[in-house]
Amino acid sequence: MSGLAAIPSTSASTGCGDAPVLRERGQREVFCGLTGIVWLHRKIQDAFFLVVGSRTCAHLIQSAAGVMIFAEPRFATAIMDDRDLAGLADANDELDRVVTRLIERRPDIRLLFLVGSCPSEVIKLDLSRAAARLSQRFAPAVRVLSYSGSGIETTFTEGEDACLAALVPTLPAEPAEAPSALLVVGALAEVVEDQLGRLLAALGIGTVRFLPPRRATELPPVGRNTRFILAQPFLAETARLLEKRGARRIAAPFPLGAEGTTLWLRAVADAWGIDAATTRGVTAVGEQRARQAMTRARELLAGKRIFFFPDSQLEIPLARFLSRELGMELVEVGTPYLHRQLLAEELALLPAGTALSEGQHVDNQLDRARAARPDLVVCGLGLANPLEAEGITTKWSIELLFTPIQGYEQAADLAELFARPLVRRARLRV
Amino acid sequence: MQLTLWTYEGPTHVGAMRIATAMEGLHYVLHAPQGDTYADLLFTMIERRNKRPPVTYTTFQARDLGGDTAELFKIAARDAYERFRPQAMIVGSSCTAELIQDDPGGLARTLGLPVPVVPLDLPAYQRKENWAAAETFYQLVRAFAGPHAPPPGTPRPPRAAGVRASCNLLGATALGFRHRDDVQEISHLLGRLGVDINVAAPLGARPSDLARLGAADFNVVLYPEVAGTAAAWLGRIFGQPSVKAVPIGIGGTCDFVTEVAALAGIDPAPILADLPSRLPWYSRSVDSTYLTGKRVFIFGDALHAIAAARVASEELGFQVVGLGTYSREFARDVRAAAKLYEVEPLISDDYLEVEQTIAAAHPELVLGTQMERHIAKKLGVPCAVISAPVHVQDFPARYAPQMGFEGANVLYDTWVHPLMMGLEEHLLTMFREDFEFHDAAAPSHLGGGLERREEPVAPASAPIGPAPIGPAVAAPTVAAAGGAATWAPEAEKELGKIPFFVRGKARRNTERFALERGVAVITVETLYDAKAHFAR
Repeated sequence: MSGLAAIPSTSASTGCGDAPVLRERGQREVFCGLTGIVWLHRKIQDAFFLVVGSRTCAHLIQSAAGVMIFAEPRFATAIMDDRDLAGLADANDELDRVVTRLIERRPDIRLLFLVGSCPSEVIKLDLSRAAARLSQRFAPAVRVLSYSGSGIETTFTEGEDACLAALVPTLPAEPAEAPSALLVVGALAEVVEDQLGRLLAALGIGTVRFLPPRRATELPPVGRNTRFILAQPFLAETARLLEKRGARRIAAPFPLGAEGTTLWLRAVADAWGIDAATTRGVTAVGEQRARQAMTRARELLAGKRIFFFPDSQLEIPLARFLSRELGMELVEVGTPYLHRQLLAEELALLPAGTALSEGQHVDNQLDRARAARPDLVVCGLGLANPLEAEGITTKWSIELLFTPIQGYEQAADLAELFARPLVRRARLRV
Repeated sequence: MQLTLWTYEGPTHVGAMRIATAMEGLHYVLHAPQGDTYADLLFTMIERRNKRPPVTYTTFQARDLGGDTAELFKIAARDAYERFRPQAMIVGSSCTAELIQDDPGGLARTLGLPVPVVPLDLPAYQRKENWAAAETFYQLVRAFAGPHAPPPGTPRPPRAAGVRASCNLLGATALGFRHRDDVQEISHLLGRLGVDINVAAPLGARPSDLARLGAADFNVVLYPEVAGTAAAWLGRIFGQPSVKAVPIGIGGTCDFVTEVAALAGIDPAPILADLPSRLPWYSRSVDSTYLTGKRVFIFGDALHAIAAARVASEELGFQVVGLGTYSREFARDVRAAAKLYEVEPLISDDYLEVEQTIAAAHPELVLGTQMERHIAKKLGVPCAVISAPVHVQDFPARYAPQMGFEGANVLYDTWVHPLMMGLEEHLLTMFREDFEFHDAAAPSHLGGGLERREEPVAPASAPIGPAPIGPAVAAPTVAAAGGAATWAPEAEKELGKIPFFVRGKARRNTERFALERGVAVITVETLYDAKAHFAR
């Protein structure tokens, strides 16, 4: 059986391509962009993330990192105090002092990100100038870049977008005569990177590179012959800057689930002019294995009603996966931001009439969720236990960022993440 | 600007949240950008609360900054009242909102809400969580008990004959270290003494309960970090004395009983005659002999650190080799306590400094926070947690107070169990030649194995000349400044005869001894000189 036959065409006339969206504003129960540091610092192993902010920022990262207390982590906060704000101490001198101390302590660091926060943005501390100044001082051993992960500008995964966008101008230029190369954009677990890399090699894609790289010293080059494909849906600014450097984006659904992974690979194959039979030869085995592995989860999840609170911008690809591959019914799909252009292929695959919401008014949304009595609510950790206590089964969304979920071999793991809360509830007799 | 890897205390608005979440019928409107809602998960995940904290965040964004963030606050406050209908509200700013100076208190006044609104001024760039919890509680107590204050200078009327004494039980909050169980234990103890509890606050209290605080005869301040300011004000305004003794450990709890009894006009003798705790006997039991003089390093909030030092020293027979706190507001108390044990007090919220100080003190047990648990794990030293900042493990399913007589039992178990049992130690010495015992085999009581193992002996590569023989005074060469000593092969061999579970300590102590005396090559003599030195 080939799953490809079941995939309808992605014309704009079907799905949710131009569906109305409920836009809300009010209290948002989401993290700010600083949270991305928790996975980005593990991805780029010789980078250090220095938040320039307040005690709140330090406390947030510590709380989000949870039990991951390392001997000495590769992230820290330069906590501003009254002296910095009152101008008694020149904030730039203070920052230079802190950075110098940090680099002395950690000679293994090759790339330092100065990460802006709400307070540093509000007082207009120019971190890009600070980064240029410090870069000059510590060159060539350490490169210093900056981006903002502030809550007034970024929501959760937008922090990764801002970080990668800061890297794009520093990528080496690919010579004009270089052969076409593929750049996969978005932080992925190493196991996923390796799997996708093998599949792309099997398709015959000569050069495949990843952004972010595992080491800051291995930045991928970019140029007119670079084609890039997003592996994560929240990278709008990174995509824009890559296009500005001449790279061309391959539009595709995201590699979640068997179907999503096949469509993602097929989009690359099409861009490279690889014929359909070759492509199917490469994708069929993995797709078939993924579908088989999802059988158990599908039995549990088919017909169950699911409600997404906004969190990581992965909601629309996940909803597509859950509805099309596991037969779940979508009650509401909330997302912090809806990038129609980057998600066009995903929206086209959503069932027509799916209730979409963008932004958040958490109290109103909770009212809707309670009224709809869904079988499963996907939400952040601040809401999960209170909803469980009301008798509503939840899946906490942050796990979807910290777990490898992309690609064929992870499709069943992804399905399992949604099945487990239901299985657990059915098991418990207390 | 301070470089911070890990923090012991959260920001000020989290301190206010701990008060709001502890209470009933109170709602907190916090002017804050998106992202600050992360604080909710501290309560719903770490403490596993089944309700959202009663907090509304205004959630302003960059695009609002040029516009009307004040209007956003007013909408949020009005909506919060309509939706939650609290008895009272508190309003304030998080760190970012403090910079935009919207004055939540003034804005809330213009709304004319039909309930009391208490404005909070919690400077986020000067102060921290515990100070802010204390300030929030104080402002609430003033706002609700204040209107019932007698005219200044009015002496407190004596309690009528035949009326039971009553007290307020102050300081327990949400996200507090064992506050839930301490309140239960101390309430029970006060009940046995014959003292009524007028109001317990903030945990479980409503704003209307705070209005009744003045009715009690005295105050029991369980956690001075939170309730000290409020209790001092109640003392001034209502003439209520506060109990100073901290009921942690047998000695602390007996002092507490004596002090409460004196204030309540009750005879404490019946309670003190028959202590319902196993700690005194377990500690005198012969198997506890091995606890004698165990080197213990203590770090935490001031209340728990000072109390732990007393219990460790007087009730378990440990040697306190370090005492410190991150609570700068209580630095003086910790300094005074450190004098009792002749140790240098460590007043710091710099995690790295705490780590260095612990490593230098060579403790055999660390009593600290979750942060020190990680430090101890890295050093391969057992550890028990005695203080906030809290972790999900600090909310056990079972009843596990730190205070009162049952609390003393809990302390005995949780501090002694991480240590190797005394008999076990002797058996290991007997069987140390057996092949199962080797450096790489971690003691079974440190599950998961030691993270830091001693380097294997490398006899061939040691770059040393002829082994010095004879008394250490005869042939020591002076080590280069700051250079570590090298081991003579015989000394290395002798070290190998020492049981593996103390070998690491012997090696460190000897190297330290050598370094301090400028000995360049450690001989067998140096090893035994060091042993004699540290045995004093």
